[in-house]
Amino acid sequence: MVPELGSFSLILALLLCVILGTLPIIGASTNNVLWMSLARPLSAGVFVFVGLALAILAYAFVTDDFSVQFVAQHSNSLLPMRYKFTAVWGGHEGSFLLWTFMLTGWMVAVSIYSNSMPLDFSSRVLGILGMLCFSYLLFMLATSNPFDRVVPLPPVDGADLNSALQDFGFIVHPPTLYMGYVGFSVVFAFAVAALLSGRLDSAWARWCRPWANISWAILTIGIALGSWWAYYELGWGGWWAWDPVENPPLITWLFGTALIHSLAVTEKRGVFKSWTIMLAILAFSGSLLGTFITRSGLLTSVHAFASDPSRGFFILGILAVAIGGSLILFAIRAPMLKSDFSFDLVSREIFLLVNNVILVVSAASVFLGTLFPMVYQAVTDDLISIGPPYFNLIFVPLMILLVIFVGIGPISRWKKTSVSFLIKQLTKVALASIAIGVALPLVILMEFSLPATIAMALSAWIILGMVKDIANKTANKPDLITGLRSLSYSYYGMQAAHFGIALMVTGVALTSYFSTEKSVLLDAGQSIDVGSYVFTLEGSSQVRGPNYVGDEVAMLVTKAGVPIATLLPQRRIYIATGTPSTEMAIDAGFLRDLFVTLGEQKESGAWSMTIYVKPFIRWIWLGAIFMAFGGSLAAADKRYRKLKKRAEDKALINAGEALQPVS
Amino acid sequence: MKPHRRKKLGIILFIAAGLSVAAGVTLFALSQNINMFFTPTQVADGEVQSGTHFRIGGMVKDGSVVRSGDSLEVKFITTDFVSDVPIQYEGILPDLFREGQGIVAEGQVDVAGVFQASRVLAKHDENYMSPEVKAAMDAAGASAENQKSYGGESNGT
Repeated sequence: MVPELGSFSLILALLLCVILGTLPIIGASTNNVLWMSLARPLSAGVFVFVGLALAILAYAFVTDDFSVQFVAQHSNSLLPMRYKFTAVWGGHEGSFLLWTFMLTGWMVAVSIYSNSMPLDFSSRVLGILGMLCFSYLLFMLATSNPFDRVVPLPPVDGADLNSALQDFGFIVHPPTLYMGYVGFSVVFAFAVAALLSGRLDSAWARWCRPWANISWAILTIGIALGSWWAYYELGWGGWWAWDPVENPPLITWLFGTALIHSLAVTEKRGVFKSWTIMLAILAFSGSLLGTFITRSGLLTSVHAFASDPSRGFFILGILAVAIGGSLILFAIRAPMLKSDFSFDLVSREIFLLVNNVILVVSAASVFLGTLFPMVYQAVTDDLISIGPPYFNLIFVPLMILLVIFVGIGPISRWKKTSVSFLIKQLTKVALASIAIGVALPLVILMEFSLPATIAMALSAWIILGMVKDIANKTANKPDLITGLRSLSYSYYGMQAAHFGIALMVTGVALTSYFSTEKSVLLDAGQSIDVGSYVFTLEGSSQVRGPNYVGDEVAMLVTKAGVPIATLLPQRRIYIATGTPSTEMAIDAGFLRDLFVTLGEQKESGAWSMTIYVKPFIRWIWLGAIFMAFGGSLAAADKRYRKLKKRAEDKALINAGEALQPVS
Repeated sequence: MKPHRRKKLGIILFIAAGLSVAAGVTLFALSQNINMFFTPTQVADGEVQSGTHFRIGGMVKDGSVVRSGDSLEVKFITTDFVSDVPIQYEGILPDLFREGQGIVAEGQVDVAGVFQASRVLAKHDENYMSPEVKAAMDAAGASAENQKSYGGESNGT
């Protein structure tokens, strides 16, 4: 009975979405205040009913209700409680419910924090989100209801959660990624609402920016968590594989990065309007594309859900309507979004435009590499795959170019910057960066290496450029503290995010070029040298967990005779499915990770294993944390909070402007 | 032409030039990095040029896995139920690698006709047959029953 209540509350949410997706939007065009004011309570209602459905599904998991097909497929009575709870998103149906729930969560957030916007605008935004939510709920009820029962007889026990998912990473990565992903729907709704109302000005950009920044920050964390999880769970020693399902979040992230920069220009200078709208549509398309690729079963990947093609067609339909519709609207309305072209050829606007072009080209090249195999197969019927070399070949030079502009952009001025000013500001920074790039790798690694030199020089370029800029901005203040205090949150946010890039560049380059890995066969007592470390197999033992049995090997690591760590990699067999699974053992450090992944035991008793030493790998995720922190800091800027009154005044003026015909 | 229009045109031309260079480089990189996928039958029929790096997909033949006692070397046979191709790999196989399971291997065929794999992929979701392996099965015309029995086995139930 309880699972049927879940279906029932999904249907109720769907019905509420029908009203939410129509009345407030019509009300906004016909100036019907009653209809517009329905948007907030309806959003809350949708949130409550989708949340209830999610809670009911979680309840079915926790109470081992194997008469529900989704539970029977993804849980087992032996599964530890925390995984029973999170197995809710362990498969297609449940994870889509979580996805939809995230959307409703964003809807409620918008309805709470939209007081500074005019009612017609917030009603349009919520109405558009309601339409999206409607299509997701319809999709769920039509093709993938998580509450479907097993007929005729429920199994005695469930098939268990995929063993690769029974991990901390699985608890945190999907919700964070979804939250970030879906956040771009909000920005998309802002863009469509702007097109519908024909109003796109600095005030609009100011409403939109915190949402874009915070979604971007959460998406950054979501992707980084995925990378970190893949690194320690899949045990291939890498942190990014250019997997077809990893790529759409990255595409969304790249568009999103371009978007937050373009929004900055739209807010400060009132230009790049149509471009900003376009980026909002593209970032959202990236998120839908991710859903489509994961859930259609079209591509081979570790993430793919077992699925039937009807789901793929349905999502393709949503994709076509949402993106096609918004693009048509864009085509009709774009001529109204005329920007004043009031800046010089050397100005911060231009540098941000270059940043945008590089980011969009990067996103397009990742998109091409991801979808090319699908298109190729459709045309020639041959199966192909595009390997990491393609992505690295394209991506690395583009990122180097981007980082060079990250150093210039913040120092340049709006409207007009003279070239001689930039040269004066940056010559010393450039020389110092090159000196650091040459010297640091020699000191740390005791060898010269071009990739390390380039990476260090680029990181130094960002950091020194940042120091220079802060020095400039505080130069006229009585003392440094007052100067630092006078800078805004959003300025610090930007610098924190850019600092994150510097950390990430260092981490990526040093890990890629200086990792060592050895696959070996070791008997008890045997040792092997990897880099400057000695790994000794001390012995092995049996282990038993709640739903698995396995072997554990103890590896002692020493450096110059001093013990550093004992690593305990495991090889498990999950009881319910008989699936083998390896558990990596990692000794994490600020400067290096030591990493052992266990293979099988030979008849002689020797163990096969792969040992990795990975320098600076943590810096990649540390960089992502700084970026996300920067994004959140920028979203928390005072001017978004204390703006209520000003926005209202401005909205009145703008409403007047919007009515005027535009040439 | 008004000066600001000329400026706008300049920027647009600059972007267009940049984009064309990027598109050219991207397409070139793409063409250099395509891994073709072949089925065991195609490999056995000699459709693959020697020295090409490619992917092969099929089932691991029952009873074909031979692990070396003193190194990480593994030999096995991959099959689409029509033709067999021997594969050699040195390293640690993925968790879900086992007989009767669909795999995809990346590498090239040596002079002896053995596929030297640099990478072996097995699916993480054991209920799921990769589209590549499925296509290989379909192409070889393997009977539905064969597929079914193998699918069942790989479920590990």
